[in-house]
Amino acid sequence: MASLVGSRVERKEDKRLLTGKGRYTADINIANQTYAAFVRSPHARAKIKKIDISKALKASGVVEILTGEEIAADKIGGLIAGWAIRSEDGSEMKVPANPPLAKDSANFVGEPIAVVFAESLDEAKAAVDLVKVDYKVLKGVINTAEAMKGETIHDGIDKNLCYDWLLGDRKAVEEAFAKADKIIKVDLINNRCVPNAMEPRACVVDYNTASEEITLYTTSQNPHLSRLIMSAFGGVAPENKLRVVAPDVGGGFGSKINVYNEEIVCSWASKKIERPIKWVAERTESFLTDTHGRDHVTHAELAVTNDGKFLAFKNETIANLGAYARVFGTVTPTYLFGPCATGVYTIPAAYTNVKAVYTNTAPVDAYRGAGRPEATYTIERLVEKAAMELGIDRTEIRMRNFPTEFPFKQTLVHTVDSGDYVASLEKAKQMSDYKGFEVRRKKSEANGKLRGIGVSSYFEACGIAPSAVVMSLGCGVGLWESSEVRFNPTGQVSVYTGAHSHGQGHDTTFAQIAADELGVGLDVVDVIHGDTDKGTFGMGTYGSRSLAVGGIAIVNACRKIVAKGKRVAAKMLEVSEDEINFKDGEFVVTKSNKKKTIGEIAFACYLPGSRDSEFKSPLPEGEEPGLIETSFFDPSNFSFPAGSHIAEVEINPETGEVKVEKYTAVDDFGRIVNPLVVEGQVHGGIAQGIGQALHENTEYDETGQLITASYMDYTMPRADNFPEFNLGFTCTHATSNPLGVKGCGEAGAIASPPTIMNAVIDALGGQEITMPATAEKVWKACKALKKPNSKAA
Amino acid sequence: MTKVTIEVNGKKVSKDVPDHTILSVFLRDNLNLTGTHVGCDTSQCGACVVHVDGKSIKSCSTLAADINGSKVTTIEGLVKDGKMHPMQEAFKKMHGLQCGFCTPGMVMSAIDLLQNKKNPNDTEIREWLEGNICRCTGYQNIVAAVKEAASKM
Repeated sequence: MASLVGSRVERKEDKRLLTGKGRYTADINIANQTYAAFVRSPHARAKIKKIDISKALKASGVVEILTGEEIAADKIGGLIAGWAIRSEDGSEMKVPANPPLAKDSANFVGEPIAVVFAESLDEAKAAVDLVKVDYKVLKGVINTAEAMKGETIHDGIDKNLCYDWLLGDRKAVEEAFAKADKIIKVDLINNRCVPNAMEPRACVVDYNTASEEITLYTTSQNPHLSRLIMSAFGGVAPENKLRVVAPDVGGGFGSKINVYNEEIVCSWASKKIERPIKWVAERTESFLTDTHGRDHVTHAELAVTNDGKFLAFKNETIANLGAYARVFGTVTPTYLFGPCATGVYTIPAAYTNVKAVYTNTAPVDAYRGAGRPEATYTIERLVEKAAMELGIDRTEIRMRNFPTEFPFKQTLVHTVDSGDYVASLEKAKQMSDYKGFEVRRKKSEANGKLRGIGVSSYFEACGIAPSAVVMSLGCGVGLWESSEVRFNPTGQVSVYTGAHSHGQGHDTTFAQIAADELGVGLDVVDVIHGDTDKGTFGMGTYGSRSLAVGGIAIVNACRKIVAKGKRVAAKMLEVSEDEINFKDGEFVVTKSNKKKTIGEIAFACYLPGSRDSEFKSPLPEGEEPGLIETSFFDPSNFSFPAGSHIAEVEINPETGEVKVEKYTAVDDFGRIVNPLVVEGQVHGGIAQGIGQALHENTEYDETGQLITASYMDYTMPRADNFPEFNLGFTCTHATSNPLGVKGCGEAGAIASPPTIMNAVIDALGGQEITMPATAEKVWKACKALKKPNSKAA
Repeated sequence: MTKVTIEVNGKKVSKDVPDHTILSVFLRDNLNLTGTHVGCDTSQCGACVVHVDGKSIKSCSTLAADINGSKVTTIEGLVKDGKMHPMQEAFKKMHGLQCGFCTPGMVMSAIDLLQNKKNPNDTEIREWLEGNICRCTGYQNIVAAVKEAASKM
């Protein structure tokens, strides 16, 4: 039987999604449902003096209006920061309360203040306009770099500082810097991005007055975790009375990890008004209230020798958390960022210091890559600049500092189990015709264009998150994953996973894994996820963890099934277990070639009864009937995908337009389960990173109004913004899991921003420019060039 | 209220709806054809593209009353005799979709492109799809799917 793992299998989920039969949250309607619309703060920072709902309550179709007073009176808890971070001085991080409906003060534009439930959406929206909120408007703190100097947003949080965190050894770094031939410095802004999953957030809540159970259909990347948070911290309902279903979800990119105000409010309210509730975000609501990504201001330095060896690295970053710390808000700029700060290089000394600040902007949380794109952008800008200043070829300087042996003990935290950084960079050079670049540069110049080339070599730590490793760092949470595999009596297999697919293709890739392990056809394997009533508790999908953690739980559960099957087969075939070999779905006695299929074994496990005219159980003594196994897999280490990307851009100095001419990506994801799906993940990631580098910017004005709150104002990359990406792969197997797999979902978004920016800056002759390198900025930079291109002058 | 009478996926439908009912709402809420998606409020994302009298339009910015008497095809209407349309098949084969949310609009738009141009090149495909935003695929496999469909249609 040919292995399904490694094959370009077309996706099982596609037919339903392609024929309009997908079932997204907004597609769900429940009889007698009401429609929710939220009253949101129009101010970035204000005291809420009074809310007058009297007029709105009398409006047509209004069922109920609830405010922060009621939710506080019912003792419903707020939104939470998921990870505790300790400052360099040992103090605990400072986290403000984040009630689901703001009662006393509003801290960002769009923060929910009250909610209207009405018989129709039109009526709900109309009534929202009749709710009168009396605000005392205060001066907001908006700018990341200036946040510590602004007025205190949250009582008791001095300088708006959540924590001042250090990873690494300042003294060792300073000593190494003193010995350096040269210090390379960069000042960077990692621009704030809005994740913009194409499906806006939504929730539909159904409260069953008989069973007192709440069913919440929601756009979540992690329904089990949502239920836990809503139950344990929100107090909405005990877990056994709260079912969370995340059906088809139209993309997440980190923005659908969090439990949001609207989900808590609607779940609580549904029980209160004893009616089902439907809420669907408009796109501008999503812009205002989805968690955003990135938003770092960084100063970093690299100490080097004249022959291009890296001696030490330092990074001083201010990370904007927005108005509140959310689930991955505090860990993204620390443990997901700091340990990766030194990149793919041997750097003897390093430290990263992060000051996380509150501002009157939307909360910032994990966004595709979460911390690792920011880390990679910093080190790769430094390395490229070092090459430029030292006059060493940009690939050569990288080669000189790559580790030569694996496991590679990194400067700060990670022990990278496997990799071959030289191989991927060599392959990327060859695939991109690196040595032919100067010819292409001259050709562009002859056409009045500026051409640049950029390289970035990255690694990342994903497969979030091995408990032992994160606990050694002082984080109290480990993120294992679970699976239950049910081999049905009649031969089909149901694979339950705690991971969640919102575009990743788990219905297919997880089925490939299980089918291979059990030796059955792909068509008889169903993957089930996204419903807390179905299958075991799991942590969900983010941090490129689904395969490297969740996939392994499936493997382990399948292997338990095979192990039990072998015990049963031995009894039935009247041999000892070690005389049986399991291959391609058959338990075969090596010597006699007598066999039982796994289907026959499954049937016998459920229906032990007569055989050979004797009433004799096929189950060995002490063996329970049934063929269902569960596994909870907690990996021993992160997985460390890595690679090198090379881009060429062409700038039209007359317009400032940057065109990505060539993009080559060579990645090492270990063993690949489905190349079709993996390539798709890489394409999407690269596009998202190019979006950040060239197009996307989240712009708040000085009063905290988000002026890029629609697709008219926020530049979402379109099809004609990209060339065809040229992908290649190298392969070193991960040693921390039995499949040898590494994560692939975030790599593109991690590697591409520095690749593109290095190319743009190369085209501009080394002139620094901030992301996004929009036509306006680049046009200005072209004007500032010392020797303007003759034709463009 | 106004009476909207149109043919949707080959079936005549007639409903009394508020005057301001837009076509995407009419399809989703009144006809339960939830394959047509709404991803923005500004007629930018293209998830709502359907065909009206054979031409692709954004159903989120079309009043249902304005197309009285027209023939509408949605993503649900592409399957014939249990078989997917060659464009749907091509999207599956080339992995032109991930989360699937933008996909119905993408497919409807791409079909209209091939009605206008039999064998478009990469640039023509990318420019045509300017009005359809996808966050998952980086568009590469969508372009490949359109080319694949062009070779089969």
